[in-house]
Amino acid sequence: MDNKKIIISPVTRIEGHAKISIDLDEFGYVADAHFHVDEFRGFEKFCEGRLYTEMPVITPRICGICPVSHTITSVKACEMIQGIKPTYTGDLLRRLMLLGQNVSSHALSFFHLSAPDMLLGFDYDPAKRNILGLAAANPDIAKRGIRLRKFGQEISERITGEKIHSSGIVHGGMAHALTKENKKYLLGWIHEATETTLMALDILKIFIQSNQEMVNSFATTPTMYLGTVGPNGEHELYDGKLRFVDEDGTILQDQLSPKKYLDYIAERSVGYSYLKYPYYKPLGIEKGIYRVGPLARLNVATKMKTTKAQHEFDIFRRLGKGKPVHGTFYFHFARLIETLASIEEIAHVLHDDEITSHHLKHNGYWNYPEGIGCAEAPRGTLFHHYKTDKGGKLTHVNLLIATGQNNPSMNRSVLDVARQYIKGPDIKEGMLNRVESAIRCYDPCLSCSTHALGKMPMIMEVKNHKGEVVNRLERV
Amino acid sequence: MSPTGDIAKTIKMNRKKIATVWLGGCSGCHMSLLDMDERILDVAALADIVKSPIVDGKEMPEVDVAIVEGAITSDEHYHEILHIRKQASILIALGDCAIHNNVTGLRNFFNLQEVLDTSYLHAPSNDAEGVSPSDPLLLKLNEKVIPLSEVVDVDFFINGCPPDADYIFYVIFEYLNDRIPVPGGHKKIQYG
Repeated sequence: MDNKKIIISPVTRIEGHAKISIDLDEFGYVADAHFHVDEFRGFEKFCEGRLYTEMPVITPRICGICPVSHTITSVKACEMIQGIKPTYTGDLLRRLMLLGQNVSSHALSFFHLSAPDMLLGFDYDPAKRNILGLAAANPDIAKRGIRLRKFGQEISERITGEKIHSSGIVHGGMAHALTKENKKYLLGWIHEATETTLMALDILKIFIQSNQEMVNSFATTPTMYLGTVGPNGEHELYDGKLRFVDEDGTILQDQLSPKKYLDYIAERSVGYSYLKYPYYKPLGIEKGIYRVGPLARLNVATKMKTTKAQHEFDIFRRLGKGKPVHGTFYFHFARLIETLASIEEIAHVLHDDEITSHHLKHNGYWNYPEGIGCAEAPRGTLFHHYKTDKGGKLTHVNLLIATGQNNPSMNRSVLDVARQYIKGPDIKEGMLNRVESAIRCYDPCLSCSTHALGKMPMIMEVKNHKGEVVNRLERV
Repeated sequence: MSPTGDIAKTIKMNRKKIATVWLGGCSGCHMSLLDMDERILDVAALADIVKSPIVDGKEMPEVDVAIVEGAITSDEHYHEILHIRKQASILIALGDCAIHNNVTGLRNFFNLQEVLDTSYLHAPSNDAEGVSPSDPLLLKLNEKVIPLSEVVDVDFFINGCPPDADYIFYVIFEYLNDRIPVPGGHKKIQYG
């Protein structure tokens, strides 16, 4: 048999553009796999020359799924340039916005994109293996999922009047207040949102139980992890310090200021993808592969801040037997635990009396030439780094995005799954979906990571050892 | 009682087909589309969504309505939009990038190579060993970003960054019921 290269395109039900190629050796076994990201928009360049204060409006347009993370990270960088802090209420409202987005983004990932695989099966009719097929087969679950996402979006809507690219988050705090009526309205959602998340956790646990073998052998190569933690090592999304742990769970760096990110993270551009390869600088590109996102955040955290989430966190931690949980499939579990934690924290924040205060914003002016902002986006740690001239015009912009940091391990996960499921040049539809699923676990937002255009189509190409394409599947 | 036999077959034959496509944009328009929330099930009751980032689909089949987010930034997008125009009776430009480039087009003020080099060679976090993306498998970026209407005829423009979910629903719903929507019509009509 000739050796071949397999290319999958487009990767569907993922937010972004990508292709996968798989190289076969002369015996038809998988030799290597590459995940090619196919988009590029060039924010770093075209923002140069603009005023730094425009960034909180431009950067949410990097991604329509996590615009709040980009805005918050951007205003944090602006506040460092001005040397100011947000007001207490402004800070609380931002936290609320970020948690809301985390709920809606995680709900999208679980119910719209991943639940169809778990509830309908990997080998189900591809035309119906989606949220609408799920609605036909199990309307209650689909509707609850749609409403959970809606709850997250409603938080932004009720504070700023817009669900996507909302313009209320500004340097110094917030431009809009939360009314008492809207506070009451949002509190009215908590019960339903909690129930839906617990239901999703049940669905996932049942799936894991009945698919033990697949789940535990699914892209399990160990990596390091990076995430944000609070002062006592607790799980944190909005504002905290960074922690790196190695593959055994040993803390390598703790309470690290995000402002020092350049000392710990470097990235390399590669020829076959528009997505760069970030790595932990002290260990170099070979040994320094780390992951970010829900799985990483739970692997670095010492504890959760809320009771229900802590209960699930204990179950999650037992899976690793004292070490980090490496199985890529457990991203789903981590994501749902975070959803639960976010809903509990939303309730907690809403009960703060100051949340409806009108003391929203501090004023500030250009003071320092450089600003670095950092926050946990749904998919991982996000950095914005701006340098300005004395007039406040941007001279350098660097954006380090969550999905980008997962790129090296996404590649490795694709290789793991390909080795397991591809033997020879013939590709079956269910197998294709499994390779995609490995990527989907990371819930990659390629729109973000390449600061990037579009969707995620997927081509899978099989190449032989001479590099000739011998099989090609395409989804446009 | 649900229809059976020939009637069911006729209803099935008359079911409309929708495609939603994401070209050079941030996916915010698709998120706004999902912000229709439960109403997406009303749309699914009237039509099949045969191609979309949220469903698995292969080739773009013939469809009644194609909704396209984003501007044209590469050779692949260019061929894709020509193909979509051929396959779709109604082509809707969804959001400001599809209509007039918007943020996606901000790179038009610079030379493409300069834009690529800034990200892939000169970023402060880059190590010294990187190379610019050049694999033949990757799509080729066009020197300038262009909106849909510079390549194909567009039947309806839904403006906004992103457009309002109510507006998107209104336009889709009108087309699915064989009516022609009017710009801003969602503000005049309240459903349900």
